[in-house]
Amino acid sequence: MAANTSTGTTAGAASRAASGGAPVSLRELSRSFGTVHALDRLSLDIAPGELVALLGPSGCGKTTALRILAGFETADSGTVTVDGRDMSPVPAAKRDMGMVFQSYSLFPNMSALENVGFGLRMRKLRPADRRGRAGDLLDMVGLAEHARHFPHQLSGGQQQRVALARALAIEPRVLLLDEPLSALDAKVRLQLREQIRSLQQRLGTTTLFVTHDQEEALSMADRVGVMRDGTLEQIAAPDELYNRPATAFVAEFVGTMNRVPGELGTGGQVTALGSTAPVLDGSAVPPPGRVEVLVRPEGLRVDAVAGGNGIVSDRAFRGSVTRVGILLSGDVTVQVDVPSAVAGPLLPGISVQVSLDGSAVLVTPPR
Amino acid sequence: MAAVTGERLAGEAGSAGPATAAAAGRRSFPVWRWAILVLAGVYFLIPLYAALRFAGIASFGQVVKQTGFSDALTLSLRLAVVTTVLTLVLMVPTTIYVHLRLPRLRRLMESITILPIVIPPVVLIVGVLQVAPSYLKGTPYLLGLIYVVLAMPFAYRSLDAGLRALDLRTLVDAANSLGAGWRATLWRVIVPNLRTALLSATVLTVALVLGEFTIASLDLYQTFPVWIVAFDQTSGPVSTAASLLALFVTWVFLMLIVTVGSRRARRTGAGQVDLISVTRRDTSGPRIGES
Repeated sequence: MAANTSTGTTAGAASRAASGGAPVSLRELSRSFGTVHALDRLSLDIAPGELVALLGPSGCGKTTALRILAGFETADSGTVTVDGRDMSPVPAAKRDMGMVFQSYSLFPNMSALENVGFGLRMRKLRPADRRGRAGDLLDMVGLAEHARHFPHQLSGGQQQRVALARALAIEPRVLLLDEPLSALDAKVRLQLREQIRSLQQRLGTTTLFVTHDQEEALSMADRVGVMRDGTLEQIAAPDELYNRPATAFVAEFVGTMNRVPGELGTGGQVTALGSTAPVLDGSAVPPPGRVEVLVRPEGLRVDAVAGGNGIVSDRAFRGSVTRVGILLSGDVTVQVDVPSAVAGPLLPGISVQVSLDGSAVLVTPPR
Repeated sequence: MAAVTGERLAGEAGSAGPATAAAAGRRSFPVWRWAILVLAGVYFLIPLYAALRFAGIASFGQVVKQTGFSDALTLSLRLAVVTTVLTLVLMVPTTIYVHLRLPRLRRLMESITILPIVIPPVVLIVGVLQVAPSYLKGTPYLLGLIYVVLAMPFAYRSLDAGLRALDLRTLVDAANSLGAGWRATLWRVIVPNLRTALLSATVLTVALVLGEFTIASLDLYQTFPVWIVAFDQTSGPVSTAASLLALFVTWVFLMLIVTVGSRRARRTGAGQVDLISVTRRDTSGPRIGES
């Protein structure tokens, strides 16, 4: 990728664009639109140079949080500090935050170079310096040869790379990414994901990234905050979020999660599908009795057995694993990941025995 | 985007059966298209040709020598400039403000701006006379104020269409985040991308001012059209030549605005909105609570 072809000029651009990260702190932010509480006492700290992703369904308040940090919206209550300084009296134009938007936001009347140089122009840089630095940044995102092109002559992915260069050109204290990849097709999205991450790490810019795509959040962020109804459900490193979700909402929003009925004993053991497993440490545990067990597709065992507790309903090959859909009694469907090498016999209609594989699971009161 | 437009067009066509049939007919019989074009051409060109025959080439030389000619023309051009500047200064910020901050008032704005077409000119004159500052009374600039009101429907519609074609909210936010205050945002980002819309607003306003007769004549100002009519009573052929000249001058002027304005727009692809036809493109959905 272009970002890795580090020539002398790109290294120069990188060091100049590196602003070092500023710590960001959101404290008890609340914001209502009419009767809708978009944010409900949201608190979030971002360490210098860290990339935090806010992940959640649409309407969970993640974009509102980002826009308040950017200065486009004001909070009803709560504070935003950057580098220890209260930002509430500072207008958006003076916050030094680079932002990449979901929709294409390049100025249609300016070439790629002029777009990238716009923030520098607003900072009264001399035209020659401006062009030099804008050129370096375009080079950094691998678009040096498109400097003279206008936005309508660039593809969607190229436009977002120019937008990224434009946001970084002002040496922002904080980089804000508002679903910058969601308008792009899958392949471009994947490339740009890597490019954004490697640039962000090289420049050490504190970054807040808003997305509804969990794969994006998990693969790019140092920490992922899962939001729901204006509050943060859990914020943790991607692997912790996946393996040790704090709530059922997080568990089901991040990755695929099966729900099967079970019986919680008193010793922190749960019985389901004729098998037992320990309850995940530190998770909220309901009183003993009837519960629902949350288990990942890789946390279930499946064996082809005549007269088992389920019937294979469908299967999808996914490379090293095959995801098998199984219909259990009581109209419960579960997804199980089986190594493709041994998934051969699990054809639709086959009777199987599904059981917990013994690893720790999350339990929740029945719905 | 094309898909959206297509869908909407299809939807509209569905409700208007005859239009669909006509469209299909034109597509399958291009000869119809030519027939209509030729018919329209004949309809417009024959009077011009007749006027030209009646006036005779020699009359054109005499037009400029007539008393009052240059005064009337200068007055009309001055009015055109004043009206256009005033209209744009008033309407551009208003329309942008409505789009950014009060999108719900867009419908209301549309109805308000259509009023000058509905209200009889006499009422407009009386209205403007009521509110116009006294130092303007008795000067031709009062007429300019009335023309600003008359031009409002056309200016608003052009600007509204131009703004709809932009993702205004995002462009403004982007400019803001890069350190641009509202003035820089307006001058460097919004206005350049509204070029075509500004152009069409200008063209329509200029055309309106250069051709308006009723109000100018009621207010006893000798603008160019008023002069032509007055002059018509003394010499038919020369006055006809003057009319043709006026038509030609206006046409050249408008073509000039269009060519100069659209050359850059074509290069950058910025704000491509047709002069007359207005494609509705709703790119700015509601953002509040969308998150």
